[in-house]
Amino acid sequence: MHPAYSVILFTTSSGAGYGLLFWLSLAHMAGRLPGGAMAFIAVALALVLITAGLLSSTFHLGHPERAIGAFSQWRSSWLSREGVAAVATYIPAGLLALIWLIGAEAGVTKLLALLSATGAVATVYCTGMIYGSLRTIRQWNKGLTPVVYLALAGATGALLLGAMMSIFGAAADWVGVVTLMSLVAAGATKLAYWRQIDADPGQYTTEMATGLGGEGGSVRPLDPPHTKPNFVMREMGYQVARKHTRRLRRLSVIALFAVPIVAVLIAVLASGGAAILYLIATLTAGWGVATERWLFFAEAEHVSQLYYGANRA
Amino acid sequence: MTCLPKQTDKKLGLVIDLDICVGCQACATSCKEWNTSGYSAPLSDHDPYGADPSGAWLNRIHSFEATTAKGVSKTVHFPRSCLHCEEPACVTVCPTGASYKREEDGIVLVNPDTCIGCKLCSWACPYGAREYDYDDGVMKKCTLCVDRIYNENIPEEDRVPACVRACPTGARAFGDLGDPDSDVSKSVAARDGFNLLDEFGYKPVNKYLPPRINSVQAAPAAEEPAAPDGSRLEKLFAWADKALSR
Ligand code: SF4
Ligand code: SF4
Ligand code: SF4
Repeated sequence: MHPAYSVILFTTSSGAGYGLLFWLSLAHMAGRLPGGAMAFIAVALALVLITAGLLSSTFHLGHPERAIGAFSQWRSSWLSREGVAAVATYIPAGLLALIWLIGAEAGVTKLLALLSATGAVATVYCTGMIYGSLRTIRQWNKGLTPVVYLALAGATGALLLGAMMSIFGAAADWVGVVTLMSLVAAGATKLAYWRQIDADPGQYTTEMATGLGGEGGSVRPLDPPHTKPNFVMREMGYQVARKHTRRLRRLSVIALFAVPIVAVLIAVLASGGAAILYLIATLTAGWGVATERWLFFAEAEHVSQLYYGANRA
Repeated sequence: MTCLPKQTDKKLGLVIDLDICVGCQACATSCKEWNTSGYSAPLSDHDPYGADPSGAWLNRIHSFEATTAKGVSKTVHFPRSCLHCEEPACVTVCPTGASYKREEDGIVLVNPDTCIGCKLCSWACPYGAREYDYDDGVMKKCTLCVDRIYNENIPEEDRVPACVRACPTGARAFGDLGDPDSDVSKSVAARDGFNLLDEFGYKPVNKYLPPRINSVQAAPAAEEPAAPDGSRLEKLFAWADKALSR
């Protein structure tokens, strides 16, 4: 599948924003989130990342001005559900930001935090299911797809919270432990996902797609229907060399998991420099998750390509 | 509403005979001509006469070489357009309800006034039948010529899809595949009509009639000349041949 930059930016940026919202809500509910400016800035950052992501996702629409219609089909469409969940999450998260901005002491913040955390999980799950529900793409149509989306949002969000708290001089060991655990969990899920898609050669063939060849026969394309690639080939026939894939997978493992885990570990064990270590970890993880998301698209093979020369899909 | 109708009153669709299609592209051209000039906005083309032409077409004609297990091969021309599936996810994934399946006749359509151009429906179609129109910003697909088949302003013989009307060999037929007594259903029954990628489970309405591949006989292998056996007589001829051609 063609990796559209707007979609890569959307899913990584809003994923990290929802992850941050999730962890800060949990921390607040547990009474562990430092109050004052830090709490407001954290929830504001989460909302900025989410909004930037949502805005960038409208760039690939043909008619962004009609986007309001996309909230209507939540009964059948994961994309519509994602929109509904995203808007619903804005309400408690926005109220939290408002309350913390004016510094009011309100008893409802714990309830708002609970709603924000739930909304964050629901929205990211819907994002994962947009891809996970497509049977036309075997690399996406896996139970692990939404889990990977959730785990990566959690890991990048935890890194952001750790970075914020350390910048405010409030880095606590529990943030480090939560971040490490979510990074390890995300890394394990992503590796399991890659193992799963590598083991699946695809169950559909050109013979099935054309109904030709008969039992034990074979089919190969002769003349293409058009002289240059059409929309279907450009959008769904994107191909990336296997060698390239391996290298990028390694790169994203290093940037997204290895470097941040080591940096956060040092931050937890050592006595100083937490802020700079968390910052390094967050920036490399940002690069890593963008690479991971690019690969998620570039490695995905679409069944329609059986009509255009693919043997299996 | 992008939920699918439980059932449709009719199952209008096409039956394409792969045995007689000659790959002339008349149906694709006629489809483009009709659908670029009527319903909705034109089917836009980019650089149509240049080095890198592209554009939205609703019907594409492939050619495949099909080889049986016995090694008999045949060229098959293969028109491909939306199959108006009974249970297609191209409808259910649509967030706006612009992609829908009609309850009265089963035709799958895109509403060009509410489509936001997110392209998700094209990702959900295993047949590659939906093409995005970059100028119009919406998804385009075969309409089963819904603006012809019910159109009382055109002569009755034209009230069939443009591709069916144009096909010079009669390889395309249009009708109600939900009615077992219709001509199309009968030809499907008689010729073992099949679904493309039946395993996928979208239950296409359009059917394909197989090429009569078993009637093609493998050409008898040409008789091999006997290998030289190195006899005296052969050597004599070889010497004579060499001597004479000096
Ligand atoms: S062929 Fe594709 S576009 Fe047409 S109904 Fe089936 S899934 Fe949808
Ligand atoms: S039925 Fe109409 S829109 Fe569909 S392929 Fe034929 S000519 Fe094109
Ligand atoms: S017009 Fe008829 S013969 Fe020509 S390509 Fe189309 S289906 Fe085949």
